[in-house]
Amino acid sequence: MEALQARQSGLVPCVFEDVDLETYIAKVGMLDSFRVRSDLSAYDCRNNRLAQLCLEQDGFVEATEAARKKYGAARIGVFMGTSTSGILQTELAYRHLDPQTGALPPDFHYAETQNSYSLAGFVSNYLGLTGPSFVVSSACSSSAKVFANALRMMEAGVCDAAVIGGVDSLCLSTLYGFNSLGLVSRFPCRPYDAERDGISVGEGGGFVLIERATEAKAADPMFLLGVGESSDAYHMSTPHPEGLGAILAMRRALDAAGLQAGDIDYINLHGTATKSNDASEGKAVADVFGGKVPCSSTKGWTGHLLGAAGITEAIIAMLAVEHGFIPGSVNTQQLDAAIAIDYRIENGAGKIRRVLSNSFGFGGSNCSLVLGRKA
Amino acid sequence: MMRLYVEGIGLLGPGLDGWSASRAVLTGEAAYVAAPTNLRASDMLPAAERRRAGVPIKLALTVGQEAFLQAGRETKTASTVFTSSGGDNDNVHAINGILATAPREVSPTRFHNSVHNAAAGYWCIAAGSHEPSTSLCAYDASFVAGLLESATQVVVDDAVVALVAYDHSYPEPLHSVRPITTSFGAALILTKQQSAKSLAAIDVEFRSGKAPETTMKDEALEDLRKGVPAARVLPLLAALAAAKTTQISIDYLEGNHLDIRVTPC
Repeated sequence: MEALQARQSGLVPCVFEDVDLETYIAKVGMLDSFRVRSDLSAYDCRNNRLAQLCLEQDGFVEATEAARKKYGAARIGVFMGTSTSGILQTELAYRHLDPQTGALPPDFHYAETQNSYSLAGFVSNYLGLTGPSFVVSSACSSSAKVFANALRMMEAGVCDAAVIGGVDSLCLSTLYGFNSLGLVSRFPCRPYDAERDGISVGEGGGFVLIERATEAKAADPMFLLGVGESSDAYHMSTPHPEGLGAILAMRRALDAAGLQAGDIDYINLHGTATKSNDASEGKAVADVFGGKVPCSSTKGWTGHLLGAAGITEAIIAMLAVEHGFIPGSVNTQQLDAAIAIDYRIENGAGKIRRVLSNSFGFGGSNCSLVLGRKA
Repeated sequence: MMRLYVEGIGLLGPGLDGWSASRAVLTGEAAYVAAPTNLRASDMLPAAERRRAGVPIKLALTVGQEAFLQAGRETKTASTVFTSSGGDNDNVHAINGILATAPREVSPTRFHNSVHNAAAGYWCIAAGSHEPSTSLCAYDASFVAGLLESATQVVVDDAVVALVAYDHSYPEPLHSVRPITTSFGAALILTKQQSAKSLAAIDVEFRSGKAPETTMKDEALEDLRKGVPAARVLPLLAALAAAKTTQISIDYLEGNHLDIRVTPC
């Protein structure tokens, strides 16, 4: 919250492994020396280190422990989003193949690091939870979609609560991959700027403990009011130019929440700072909301957290509600005149009751969340 | 307990070339004859995408298309759940090799095919579907995770869901640490309401604790079930093929499982 208010961006010039790209990244510096809990050492990799670091923030372990006592370990689901899981471990291992046999190093743990499920397996073990569990890996919408999974699992009676979240960490696949598509900026990313020229890759994570609304004890609790999911059916790595899938996701989220466009007080945009994403999303938001709802992308602070973007931006959106705070957009200088929405560069304040958060991914996978207070 | 109706089935594996052709093998009426998985690019895809399709996309689209044909539903009308332990394993191997040596030139196609939801993305383009689509992984239990997620979508959201499970082998050196034996895919069209097309009702229940897992009687099919995560579906397909009321159990994660009751319509 302090970093948001102080407009302190996490983006720094790229110094990561031996990556030779001229770009900015958001890097969690302490991961190099950090190790996961010793009983889970097979899971040790950059992604799970980051997961543990996130779990240990803000009293989350204690809150989960209380839920475990209340519901039982088998009644709490674990649904995680990640795009690349522990692939960095494999990238590095491929540099150390046995010169005779070509085999991977003997200390390489495939299931616990590279496999996409690694993250949910690690989190379940770390928290001692034995409920239903899986990883959603739908690129940059992954950890927004887990809200929908938790909602359905609880409504179907498969579990009573869920730990949802997402973690993605720096790796060469992502940096060189986005670079090959010409989508990586040489500068700190400038969402919705007229001169925007690409993303800054970041690493990060977040977790949310979610239970049925009827269990809410706080005076003014935070609710997941609605989720909308859709598919572009257009292109693998380019969003639909008119924002068709984005429009559907936002409308479905509003419908699920039983709300109108005018009920939303702030929109946390996907806002990756690529030419195509911001143009397409901007059209979609203008179509659904007109030009009156304050909007911003917070990726100027965090970089693009890919599979962890959904959860971290949902958390920022909930902070906006809690603190009556409207985040602006760091690095953005000159707005794109072709995008007709109320995009905020400067931070602001106001009564924020309900927020919408967008997450869109490769493969045309879209998810919008409505979070906030009831009534 | 969640009740779903099965309206269509797709199947492609070694010696299992389509659901109709494989039913008698699954019931034990015909002998299993081993043969390489008959991989082919689906004619659902535009030519450009067809050229870029790796094994998972071929598997997923072939079985998905078969299931929709059987259900007599339009592909654009259903939500989709794709589940796989690994995604495109050939591509991951290639990218790791490229990144280990200079110059690190990962092609755009390689990169966008490396996302776990690549098959889902290609499917939605081919099917013209704007409906929700998710892509899951739960290691060896990926099929069960997909079935559980599909069941909640059917029951809670009243969605028609196409569940597509697929896996294929890694090249070395990853094959040694994750020995998936062959290419295998299966698809189920699941609905909340019974229709004239419904083949069977399946009652799905998530349970804590261990239970004896249902296995395949035929040794080769049992090897297949154990050798490919997506082939954990085989006992369910065998029960559907038998067309009589059958109770089965499939392991989920350590310490839990799914009980499934199959009742023919």
